[in-house]
Amino acid sequence: MNSSATLKFAPLILLVAIIALWQAICTFFNVSEFIFPSPVQIVYALFDLWGAIMGHAWRTFWTTMVGFGISIAVGVVLGFIIGSSRFAYAAMYPLMTAFNALPKAAFVPILVVWFGIGIGPAILTAFLISFFPIMVNIATGLATLEPELEDVLRVLGARRLDVLIKVGLPRTMPYFFASLKVAITLAFVGTTVSEMSASNEGIGYLLISAGSAMKMPLAFAGLLVVAVMAMAMYEFFSYIERHTTAWAHRGQGGQ
Amino acid sequence: MTSAATAQEDRSAAIAAAAASIPQGERFVDFDGVWLAYDPTLLARGEFAVEDISLSTRPGEFIAIVGPSGCGKSTFMKLATGLKMPSRGNIRIGGQAVTGPLKIVGMAFQAPTLLPWRTTLDNVLLPLEIVEPYRSQFRAKREEFAERARRLLRTVGLQGYEDKFPWQLSGGMQQRASICRALIHEPRMLLLDEPFGALDAFTREELWNVLRDLWSEQRFNVILVTHDLREAVYLADTVYVMSKRPGRLVERRQIDLPRPRDLEITYTPQFTDIVHELRARIGAIRKT
Repeated sequence: MNSSATLKFAPLILLVAIIALWQAICTFFNVSEFIFPSPVQIVYALFDLWGAIMGHAWRTFWTTMVGFGISIAVGVVLGFIIGSSRFAYAAMYPLMTAFNALPKAAFVPILVVWFGIGIGPAILTAFLISFFPIMVNIATGLATLEPELEDVLRVLGARRLDVLIKVGLPRTMPYFFASLKVAITLAFVGTTVSEMSASNEGIGYLLISAGSAMKMPLAFAGLLVVAVMAMAMYEFFSYIERHTTAWAHRGQGGQ
Repeated sequence: MTSAATAQEDRSAAIAAAAASIPQGERFVDFDGVWLAYDPTLLARGEFAVEDISLSTRPGEFIAIVGPSGCGKSTFMKLATGLKMPSRGNIRIGGQAVTGPLKIVGMAFQAPTLLPWRTTLDNVLLPLEIVEPYRSQFRAKREEFAERARRLLRTVGLQGYEDKFPWQLSGGMQQRASICRALIHEPRMLLLDEPFGALDAFTREELWNVLRDLWSEQRFNVILVTHDLREAVYLADTVYVMSKRPGRLVERRQIDLPRPRDLEITYTPQFTDIVHELRARIGAIRKT
């Protein structure tokens, strides 16, 4: 087995090792499933309530995707504004940073008052928590343009829009895709947190109800499902990133 | 101190006189008493980036500007391209008063600044997508333009690399491509800001010859900003020495070495004498 194959399988090997250790500890010390369920008990719970869990998972998934879609739209537009105008940058950046420092979970009660229990707060929480990295990355990509290159183009009579389309936009793409990977996982956090207090459906709701009913294996099964969804989406955007902006990743994957 | 100052006055006067000696109608680049402060505050305080620059070139002349780093050479470039307007004085390029960015100019810098998502060919074509009249014809005549770019790439020894991406090229190759990009729209003036500064000695000398050949073939006007004296003397018709900030022209040296020049010439006493002389001048500036 060569070293690149070892690297590829390393996370899988570590995961198997952790699960094995976990199972071993639970079995040997006879840990109660009400305290800390073993992997086998979690898998049982998962298949036991497969249909119900998948229903909740689907709800969480599409809610997250809607929120994430909004955050791409808003993040890209704001990023463009901030990144292409120094005035907008100076005016908006401090406010945006302050906003980003707020715990988004704190918005949930307010959103419930405005939109009621259900998908409204979940979508908006997912959006609020995930647009920031997209916006910052787009703005950074545009704002860090080499001044020499801008001179070359300006001498030729390039308008701002020319520079933006020919250089700014393509140059920003790697930053954009990198931010999507971060943002999608945050969006799942937003949805789940919101569902925990402001929904009767979704994985967040499942976690709360399983917890209050002391069904710990079910709660862990819920966690597992969110983890798999977030991870799958992360890999999806990672794949898109590698295949659209390969020029920015030379040397890392041996292009 | 006063005698040194007087000596400097004399030299400045000599440079201005040399500038004035070229008849009005024959000047391509014409700086007349040009001063630049970067913003109104600096202007009010009398802090200039360049002071009292007067120089003229004949059409097709190759000039080099040398000086210690941070002396305002890059400021000079911005003035010559119309990216900056002088605070005082007049600049005329090609007989026209400069009022804004000049499209008859091509530029290349120490960093090749090629776009990593474009192939070499597409990088070279970039100016044609922006500058008129090529811009409006670009779609229709793309093949013709691409052929022109390929020809240009061939003359600098980049045939076979047209479809490679910048990161697949060596530093020297990227710089060749960058010079092609500066020349693709057939500018009447080429501005080079330390274009070979980041290259190893052998590649640098190779590129001197590439530039020499391009220039002898097309006879555009060149302003080469550099701190490599050998480079300046080897390539240029006239070398100007700029003082440290605020930048002033303190020396004008006509290089009368016969053309075409070959790298062998850089080992002749005649050549090294000129380099020595300029070196002494710059040494004197650095001490003050």
